Amino acid sequence: MRFRAKIVDLACLNHFSRIINTIAKLAKTCILRLTVCKLYFILSDKVANGGASMWCELSQGNFFDEFQMEGVAAEHNEIYLELVPENLSRALKTAQNAKAVKIKLTNKHCPCLSVAVELPSLSSSSRIVTHDIPVGVIPRRMWNDFREPSVPDFDVSIYLPALKTMKSVVERMKNLSNFIVIEANLSGEMNLKIETDLVSVTTHFKDLGNPPWASEDGCQSSAQGRDLGSMAEACIDIKKLQQLLAGQQVNPTKALCNIVRKRIVHFILLHEEVSLQYFIPAVA
Amino acid sequence: LSRIGDELYLEPSESGLSLRAVNSSRSAFASFLFAPLFFQLFEPGSAGPDTELFRCKVHMKSFLGIFRSLPSLEKSVGKCLILLKPRASRLVLQLHCKYGVTKTHNLAFQECERLQAVFDTQRCTSRLCAPARVLAEAVVHFPLTLAEVTLGTGPGGKISLRNYVEEEAEPSKTMVTELWLAEDEFQSVAVAPGSHITFCLKEFRGLLSFAEASNLPLTIHFDEPGRPAIFTLDDTVLEVHLVLATLSDLESNSQSPSTNGVSHLPAPSDDFPDDLESYMVAMETSEGGLEGPPSPTFPLRTPRPAEREPEEEEEEEEEEGAVPGTPPHKKFCSLFFGSVMTPGRPGPATSQEVLAEDSDGE
Repeated sequence: MRFRAKIVDLACLNHFSRIINTIAKLAKTCILRLTVCKLYFILSDKVANGGASMWCELSQGNFFDEFQMEGVAAEHNEIYLELVPENLSRALKTAQNAKAVKIKLTNKHCPCLSVAVELPSLSSSSRIVTHDIPVGVIPRRMWNDFREPSVPDFDVSIYLPALKTMKSVVERMKNLSNFIVIEANLSGEMNLKIETDLVSVTTHFKDLGNPPWASEDGCQSSAQGRDLGSMAEACIDIKKLQQLLAGQQVNPTKALCNIVRKRIVHFILLHEEVSLQYFIPAVA
Repeated sequence: LSRIGDELYLEPSESGLSLRAVNSSRSAFASFLFAPLFFQLFEPGSAGPDTELFRCKVHMKSFLGIFRSLPSLEKSVGKCLILLKPRASRLVLQLHCKYGVTKTHNLAFQECERLQAVFDTQRCTSRLCAPARVLAEAVVHFPLTLAEVTLGTGPGGKISLRNYVEEEAEPSKTMVTELWLAEDEFQSVAVAPGSHITFCLKEFRGLLSFAEASNLPLTIHFDEPGRPAIFTLDDTVLEVHLVLATLSDLESNSQSPSTNGVSHLPAPSDDFPDDLESYMVAMETSEGGLEGPPSPTFPLRTPRPAEREPEEEEEEEEEEGAVPGTPPHKKFCSLFFGSVMTPGRPGPATSQEVLAEDSDGE
């Protein structure tokens, strides 16, 4: 089982760092899955995570100049590692003007992801900073726990409002309540509501647009006969939503959410080279 | 100085005004000596044949409060007068500002003994001198919350900085960061090969930001682990000393610096042992003995397979050999503070370990 990769381009490095920063805000510990073409950051929906789960996928070719991977076996050419993304974020934080960053899977006192940052210096040789990030190797028999979650059978799918606006609304609501209700309909309207004994606050968004989803048999899922104005709502933990919004450092190309009435809200944030899905279950 | 202690000691003497501080565990001491030339006017006062020059200590916060906003001070204050009035029991700080405004602050002080850590840079076996900027850039890679850092020497004359991992911390959960600096980044390097010391980062960072602001090179004098490390800045009118206790290393006494031909700290190399086959084998074969699926947290350290690769010998051994269970700060031996009230009297309580003997004369 081997892994070595190298980033030389500063723009790629910054982009990769931003993604890691976003992941670090969403999960204290997560799974990093490495395949020949892609990297995945996975958080499975265990009770420890408050039931929220995450699936983030990026193509290694968009970031790494060199990428070599040998999985546990030829027919299972993948590596699953458990790590603390905050550590990776810290390692990359001071690499902003690096000449090169190399990441390797090593086995020092324990399995580690070793990040070696080569920094420019006024002397003849570069400065090298190494960060050994301890990781846990996930054995093959547990890989099934980390499969890509399927898109739920949603009631409403809608594009999100500008994330910056949504974030500032949610942050203020967070001071008043622990839970927030997201409701939306197929006419491009979304409401964010909180309700406490003392106060209830609702923010209305409209003209958001609903993404077209082709259903399996080829017809549009915004089926005729469905009441376009009827709202589907779910009440979720406001902190989880705030973490998701606060972690976004760059505006996504597309941002949408799928709501399953009273069950779950599925957020999809798409950038050019990375896609992030985040599932927040509804509370009873 | 405020990063070190809560009290500011003021000691005027013929050689200038010395401002000093020490921390509560006596593991950090700093002194800033301003030469008479630094001041427009300097009168240390008169010392009689039997009396010493007056000295005192004040609350750090009270003193700092007077100089709160540097930018506005620079704009409005023309002169600052510091006056010690022993009979009125007041330390007077008078700021003469623009437009005829004078702000007078009267601080209460306490008389005190002379605060002097005993150390001798001449007796340190190793010395490094670097521009403050280089060291500041090195330290930035370590998180602000990191308590201790280990400075070491490696092959090729390289100098390393590494975060110190406490004994109590689990190695399989702790991130290790190490930075290597080439010899030519330093202005001078005179170090014993294989030497290393571990000291607190907080006070060092404080000195470093002062050094950077004043654009002065910083010299680090150190010796064996356990003996204090001395950080100095030198200027025509200012002499700065920061003395930090270092972690003692009981193991290194019984080991020569290069036991297997390799220094304590592994060289920075491109070839990390990156073959995890042996580790994977150990994991799979232990399946049979498990009670149930292991929790998906970090696996326990498996016993090392017999066929260790030779490079793995370069892994460093634990460097601390201090008493287990003692809180980190207490592991640092306190600096020896000589009692200088009456010369000739033996030093303080014998229970305190002597790390630095009296330098000859004072």
